[in-house]
Formats: sequence, C-alpha cells, structure tokens
Amino acid sequence: MNHPAMDLLKIENLEVVYNDVILVLKGLSLRAQQGRITALLGPNGAGKSTTLKAVSGLIRTEDGEITEGAIRYLDQPIHRTLPERIVRLGIFQVMEGRRVFEDLNVEENLRCGGFTRPSSEFPASLERVYAYFPRLQERRKQLAGYLSGGEQQMLAIGRALMAKPKLLLLDEPSLGLAPLLVEEIFTIVQRVNAEEGMTILLVEQNARAALSISHHGYILENGRIVMDGSSTSLLNNPDVQEFYLGLGHGGEKRSYRDVKHYRRRKRWLG
Amino acid sequence: MEYYLQLIVNGLVVGSIYSLVALGFVIIYKATKVVNFAQGEMVMVGAYICFALTVQMGLPFLVSFLMTLIFSVVLGLCIERVILRPLIGEPIISVIMVTVGLSTVLKSLVQLFWGTQIRVFPPVLPSEPIWVAGVPIAPIYIAAFVLSGLLFAVFSIFFKYSRTGIAMRATAMDQQAAQSMGIGVKNIFALSWCIAAVVSSIGGIILGNINGINAQLGHLGLKVFPAVILGGLDSLLGAALGGLIIGVLENVADGFMQQVFSLPGFKEVAAYVVLVIILMIRPYGLFGTREIERV
Ligand SMILES: Nc1ncnc2c1ncn2[C@@H]1O[C@H](COP(=O)(O)OP(=O)(O)O)[C@@H](O)[C@H]1O
Ligand SMILES: [Mg+2]
Repeated sequence: MNHPAMDLLKIENLEVVYNDVILVLKGLSLRAQQGRITALLGPNGAGKSTTLKAVSGLIRTEDGEITEGAIRYLDQPIHRTLPERIVRLGIFQVMEGRRVFEDLNVEENLRCGGFTRPSSEFPASLERVYAYFPRLQERRKQLAGYLSGGEQQMLAIGRALMAKPKLLLLDEPSLGLAPLLVEEIFTIVQRVNAEEGMTILLVEQNARAALSISHHGYILENGRIVMDGSSTSLLNNPDVQEFYLGLGHGGEKRSYRDVKHYRRRKRWLG
Repeated sequence: MEYYLQLIVNGLVVGSIYSLVALGFVIIYKATKVVNFAQGEMVMVGAYICFALTVQMGLPFLVSFLMTLIFSVVLGLCIERVILRPLIGEPIISVIMVTVGLSTVLKSLVQLFWGTQIRVFPPVLPSEPIWVAGVPIAPIYIAAFVLSGLLFAVFSIFFKYSRTGIAMRATAMDQQAAQSMGIGVKNIFALSWCIAAVVSSIGGIILGNINGINAQLGHLGLKVFPAVILGGLDSLLGAALGGLIIGVLENVADGFMQQVFSLPGFKEVAAYVVLVIILMIRPYGLFGTREIERV
C-alpha cells in the first residue's frame, strides 16, 4: 500500500515567544511529507531557525517558549517533549553554523552523532557516512576545527546520519560555502533523501539551490508563511523569481514587505 | 644528594595527590566551565568519611574505602542536583561564588562533626621501607603513587575512547550542539561532579594515611590552582604533570632553602611563586588549549 501524502510532521498555528516578550513565530503552519524534501525559505530573521528549534525542542535552551499551536510528529504532539527525547524519537536538527566539536576529531564527532544509537551499530553507520562523504574518511583522525567550511558541513550532516533520524532538520547548509561546494552538498542531501527515504525539512536563504532539490516549499516572512507550493511552481512564480531568485528587474533583492501592491496571500494551513 | 633524592620522592608522592585533586578540578572545569573552589574540601570530606568508617565504626579499611567512594558519588550528585542545577542559565560567576560558599559549608560541617584536632588513620600498609634505587620509600608512598597513576590511566582511556567520555568532551565544547544529538547535558554535569568527588576522596584517603587529617586539609585545594594553571585548566595530562611538578618543586625548593639559607616554610609559598611565573609567560598552561584558529 502506498501512502503518497502521509505527513510526518505537522506544525499547526505555532506561536513562539523568546524571553517572555519577543514574539517570533506568529501562527505558523506547515507540513513535511514522509519521504520528501520540504524547503522553508525566507529572509534573515524571518523565524526559520526558530521553527526548526521549536520542532527539535532546542528553543528551550534559549529561553524560547511555544505559547500557542501544536507540533505533531507521527500524529503525536511533541511540543512538550525534551530535546534528548526528541532525538530518540527520530528527529535530528543540524544547526545553523555547523557547530562541529572543534577539538574532537572527525570520528569522535561522528560518535557523538550516534550517541542515542546502540554501540553495535557504530561501524556500519560510520561506513555509510563515509560512503556519502569520502572526504571525511580521509580526515577521520583530524580535529574538526581544522576542516574547511565545506568539510565541516559534511561532518555536521554526517553526524546527523549517524543518528538514523526519520526526520532531518537542516538549517542553512549552504551558509558561507562556495557555489561548487553548495552543489556538492545539496546533491548528497538529495541522495540521502532518495536512498534512505529520509524526510528532510530544509531551511535555506539560497532559494534556488533549495528549490532545485526539494519537492515542496514554504516562504516565511516575519513569523508567518506567506506562500507555499510545489517547488516547481515556486521556481516559476514571478514573485519568487523577483524576490528570492534575483531574476527581477532592478538587481537588488527586496522583500515582499517593501512592495505595497504585492498581493499577499496568507495561508493558514492545517 | 640522597637528601634531594628523598625530597624528589616525597614531592612525587604529594604531587601525585595534587594531580588527583587537579584531575577532579579539570573534569568539572572542562564539562561545565565552573572553577570549583570546593575541590579541596571535597578531599577533606572524603578523608573524614573514611576515617569515621575505619576508626570510629571499626570497619575494615578496604570496606570503608569502598563505602567512601559510594558516599562520594552521592555527594557529587547532591552538590550538582541541589546546589548547581537551579543555577543553570545563571552567569558562571554566580556558580563559582556558590562553590566558594560550598567550601565553607563543607569545612564547617567537618569541624562540627570531628573538631579541629589532627586525626590519624591506623596504618594500612607495613611501615618497613622498600628500597628503590638506594632510597628508602614507605610502602604507602609507593601505593599512593601507583594508585594515582592507575586512576589517571583509567580516566584518560575513558575520555579518549568511551562514548560517554567523548560525549563529556563534546558537552564541554558546545552544550547546545551536544543536546541536539541527544546527549543529556544535565547527566553529563552530574557525572563530572561525581568523578571529581570520587578522585578527591581517594586523594584525601591517601593523604590521611600518610599525614593524618585535620580541618585544614581543604587548603590542599589551593595548591591545586598552581598545578592546574601550570598544566592548563582543561587538560588531563596537564593536571597530572602539573601536580607532579608542583609537588617536586615545592619539596626541593623548600629543602634547598632550609639547607642553604636555613629558611623554613618556603614550601607554603613555592607553588604560588610558580603560579605567578606561569601566568606571566604561558597563561593557557603547558597543555591547555589555545583557541584553534579557524581556517
Ligand atoms: N534566543 C533568542 N532570543 C531572543 N530572540 C531571538 C533568539 N533567537 C532568535 N531571535 C529573534 O527571532 C527572530 C527570528 O530569528 P531566527 O529564527 O534565527 O531567524 P532566521 O533563522 O529566519 O534568520 C529574529 O528577530 C531574532 O533576533
Ligand atoms: Mg537562521
């Protein structure tokens, strides 16, 4: 039996507040379909990372709180669950900025990634990660702090694969990387999705790269989803082209917000 | 010559105890970035518990030794759970001040229960010296040195190869990233306090067997600062060598001052003279990490 549209993750009407006062997500709803790559795009400060941290539970470590709405994973509410527990449920966030353990070597970093898995799995998982990222194998004994930015990103993703998550949350894997490396890493993300059937929620500012590998995309501005659709439709959408893909006239990227005549389509999903 | 050899041997033994206490200190610092000013008092408490079990309750030494270790684990857990966990998220300086308070509380409790006079352990090992390279050494000294070395080996292997040990190092570097991979940061903190309490207690018990104990034993904690600053606050190997170096240095310098200038009491300051010199020339210690330059 084939369930094409089963939602692994459902975020409904989510409101997140930092330090009791700063309202960052203002009723955000989105879904990540099983086995698909879902892109979450938007400008700096829109609330993309906050969305991922709400799912993984890590906002708790930053004095963030979910004040409204729900997050469901496999139809179970998880917005009250502790981060350690969430990892064990099969959700793994690769944080923005890679966050490798700089004074640990590559292999030790990967061991941390597999912290929640039985030790007996380690050799096989390691081999699998090295198959995706042969460069990590070459540097397995090197301290992560001495890797290049691209290699650190590979390590960050490799660490996630060690945990064998069902849902992978990727926060701006392209950040600060040269175009060629971005392509290399995105190709691997796509392979992971295809070969492992891993569901991926991909946060990006690089909209073109993200939409080129994702199935569905959401655009987040100022704490709200302002548009969503299949990735192909978004790539062909004139507004997306103008504001996110830099194909517009005038050169400079502008935000939707700056455009008075923009027909803002608010979507309340779920 | 034999005079100095004897001083070096004494220094190595006392130094190995400094190393143990420094090990506890470094583990807490590495995992939680807390400078634990109560480390010396944890040594003292361990020594007194073992004393109470052996002398006052009359249990065999080995039994009270093991029970003291269990007590230390509980003490470590209590300190972490009751005193430090509520402070998570507070500035690190508050936590450090709390450890200063803790050191006073522990010292007062010891004085309350056992008074201030010197207490001695019944001899555990024979006092007949063993001759090593022409120098007579008390068996307890050899036992102390070997035990410290063994503990260091065990913890080095633990941090290098075990998953929990690696997770502890990871947590020390980036708590949030560690949490993102399912590492229970609170458990790691608790574990580091337990280990610190256990190694301190062992140090205290050894010292008690050598010198006897009194309520000033906690001052040993202050000696550990020169050791860890010499070795680097976050390096296990540094703690080991720093402790040994300080132990030898203070004994030899003291002996030299007494012999040549008839100046007693240099022992008490030698370690701090070293401390000042290190801070001037190599503030991150012999083995401590300078920040890695990002490529
Ligand atoms: N820990 C925090 N405490 C307070 N405000 C925060 C915190 N993290 C993020 N913010 C604020 O929330 C908004 C959204 O941030 P973020 O989710 O990181 O955006 P994005 O990932 O889309 O760039 C920003 O205005 C940011 O300043
Ligand atoms: Mg972000």
